[in-house]
Order: sequence, then C-alpha cells, then structure tokens
Amino acid sequence: MIKAININKSFGDKHVLKNITTEFLPGQNNLIIGQSGSGKTVLMKCLVGLFGIDSGEILYDDRVFSKMSFKQKKSIRKEIGMLFQGGALFDYMTVEENVMFPLNMFSNMSLDERKKRVDFCLERVHLEHANKLMPSELSGGMIKRVAIARAISLNPKYLFCDEPNSGLDPQTANVIDNLIDEITKEYNITTIINTHDMNSVVEIGDKVAFIYKGELWWEGGKEDILNTDNKEINEFVFASELTRKLKQ
Amino acid sequence: MRLISDLGKYLLLMKEVFVRPDRMRYFFRQVLVEFQSLGIDSLGIVIIISMFMGAVVAIQTAYNIDNPLIPLTMVGFTVRQSIILEFSPTMISLVLAGKVGSRVASEIGTMRVTEQIDALEIMGVNPANFLIQPKVFAAVIIFPAIIIFSMGFALFGGWLACVVTNIVTSNDYITGLRSWFDPYTITYALIKTAVFAFIITSVAGFQGYETKGGALEVGTASTKAVVYSSILIIVSNLILTQLLLA
Repeated sequence: MIKAININKSFGDKHVLKNITTEFLPGQNNLIIGQSGSGKTVLMKCLVGLFGIDSGEILYDDRVFSKMSFKQKKSIRKEIGMLFQGGALFDYMTVEENVMFPLNMFSNMSLDERKKRVDFCLERVHLEHANKLMPSELSGGMIKRVAIARAISLNPKYLFCDEPNSGLDPQTANVIDNLIDEITKEYNITTIINTHDMNSVVEIGDKVAFIYKGELWWEGGKEDILNTDNKEINEFVFASELTRKLKQ
Repeated sequence: MRLISDLGKYLLLMKEVFVRPDRMRYFFRQVLVEFQSLGIDSLGIVIIISMFMGAVVAIQTAYNIDNPLIPLTMVGFTVRQSIILEFSPTMISLVLAGKVGSRVASEIGTMRVTEQIDALEIMGVNPANFLIQPKVFAAVIIFPAIIIFSMGFALFGGWLACVVTNIVTSNDYITGLRSWFDPYTITYALIKTAVFAFIITSVAGFQGYETKGGALEVGTASTKAVVYSSILIIVSNLILTQLLLA
C-alpha cells in the first residue's frame, strides 16, 4: 500500500499540489485522472521520488519514503516498476537487453536464469519473438508492452504507469489496459495509473482519484464516477459528444 | 551569477559521477564500448587531420628558413617540436571536443528528454555514475593513445610533404626529427591530453544531463558542450604549459 499524506509541491510561485491525502491499495488499479496541467504527473513523480515534496509524507507500506536518503530509497526502488508515457526503452539495447537490464543490475541470477526470466516476461506481454528487435523497430503498442515486461522483470510490489494509452489506437489501448489489470491482480501489485482515457477508467478503474487544479477533488470507484453530481468531474468525464450521448 | 550556479551544479554532478559503480562487471563492459565509440571511431578523422597538419607545418617551416646558415634539418626538428608540444595534443583535442563532445551531450540529452534517465533513477541506478563515469574513464585512457597515433601520422605527413615537394631531403628531415629529443615532451603532451579528455567528457556529460525540454534543447546542449569544452581546453592548455614546462 502507498499512502500520500498532505503532500504539497510548488515550482517557484506556482503551487502545483495542494494538501493531497490519499492511499493506493494493493491488487487494485488506482487511477489518477484530471485535465492536462492539473498536477497528475507531478503527483506521480513525487510518489516515485523523481520530485522532492515541499511538505507532507509518502509511505510505502509504512516506510517513510519521502524522508529517505538516495541510498535508503534504493531498496524501495528495486520494488518499483514504472511504465513511462513514451516507454523510455534504452535505444541502444535490444528488447531482450532492455528487459534484462534490471536483472543484470540487481539480481544474482545466472545468465541462463536471467534469459528464462526475460522470455517469461516477454511471453507475459505477448511478445515471444521480439527478443532481438531494437526499440526503433517496434510499434507504439509494442514499445509499451516491452516497457511493461521490463517493469515486471524484478517482480515489483508497486507499478506506476504514466499515461499508458497515450498515442495508441482504442484496440491496442484496451490490450494494454487488460495487461496491466491482469498483472496487478495476479501478483497483487499496488498499481497507480495516470490517465485521461475514460475507457481505462470504465474498464479497469478499481479506484479513481480526480485531481482538479492541484487538489484531490473526488475519489471513488468506476461505477461512482458515472453517477456523481460533482460539477467539475462531470465536465471532465462527459466532455466529449460521445460520452454525453452514452450518458443520455 | 549563472556561471557560479553552473559551476556548482557541475561539481555536484561530478560528486555523483565519481562513486563506486553499482556493478563493476557492467562498468568495465561499458568502458570497452566507450573505447570503441569515443576512441576507435574517431581515428579516421584524427589520421586525416594529423597528416595534413604535419605536411603544412613542414612546408611552412621550410618556406620560412631562408637563411643559408640554418640547416634544413631544422625543418624536421621544428615539425617534431610543434606537433608533439602543441598541434597534436591541443588541436586534435579541439577536434575531439567537437566530435566526441557533441556526441556525448546529445546522447545523454536525448536520454534525458525521452525519460530514459528517469527510468534508470526509478530502477535505483545512479544515472550520473552509470552514464558519465565510463565515458570519462574511457576517454582519459584512449585519448592519449589517439594522440600518439596523431603524432606519428603528423610526422609522417611532414616527411611526405618534404619528399613529394622536394623542399627538404628525406635524410635531412629524419635527421632533424631525431635531433635533441627530450622524452619529457611526450609525457607533457600525454598529461595535457588526459586533462583535456576529462574536460571534454565531463562537460559534455554535464550539458547532456542538465538538458530540459525537447529536440531543440538537445541541440543547444550539444553546441554548449563543444563551445564550453573548447574554451576550457584553451585555458587549461595555458595553465598546464606554465605548470609543466616553465
């Protein structure tokens, strides 16, 4: 479980996150939604420690992450997998080398064991025969799947996904959503997903947190979000003609 | 103010860079890769520039010796001294600042803007150490070796120019090359080159690492890396010459 307690973050005069308090449970897809510029990505970067916070606390299973030094954070970071918006695969490595990288750095497995683990992870994301491909040879959906394989290679307890569906067609986006959902449930991972994709919310949103102008405006499940009478969240969820018609 | 702030950031980055690598085996593998990309891949341009540089120095020296009391062996001697003391270590390092510096800054800058550095950090890897240290280490070792090659090819270029244009005989040139040789000049050149190698890779690494934004900023970082490392090479050249030769 990850807990955020009264998180505040400013850049210069701009107060980006205001007293965010929430918790993300294991075995659940915890979705953070909100308009562009609302502070979702900053919140995620604060949670994983890429940005320091001005005040408040971040706890990973009661371990106070926000007060740890770089060395102390290292032990928690080995339990974290992250899927970046653009995949963030290392361009000079093959798919196999990308997935094997965390194992090379942090496991004591033999080469044979590492290769088996890589094959297993690639199989898990339905990319059995992509081992020798370079990232430049992959489609957008494949890049995301390799990034998921890399993120789960060390059996993470916490999985962060920053807009996993951006730039993907609806069908591929569905595949990625289902994959994240399956992995989360199967390995009881605490998964946090940043998204603006309402499809993802309806499909896999076990818990949804709506961030509005840097504040945690609303929290609930995927069923609640369609029936809430909160004005701001309705404006966000039913912004398109399609969703408005579906509601009617 | 900006200069002081950048200097502070540079020193803080170097503090992160020069710590024990997470995995020594992986580090040595990266150093070997960098030997190839920073060193061996630069040999072609170094050989071409060195040969022409040696040829031009030989012809210019011969052209300036119009006193019959000065023996033509002085051409070989002057070419050797100019190449070893200044042209090879400094000029080739400036060329390498352009080639290697821009490569390192754009490689690391691209990794920064495509979140690859964030990915390393989240995995618990120290990205500054992982990305910059093998490059600095490889350059400090391989650049002096490249400069030895450069010296050899420049002296050969000088000989070729003398023989082809017939301004100095082969014998005179070689006699000049072998006259009053002080091995310390080579030590001086190699020490200078090692310092220049450190400047080129660490400054380029810093510029790449601090990149924010997109493709345009990567280009700017690459340009800054070349400009700043060239200026630092010239300044440190003066300081090192005073320290080592005076």
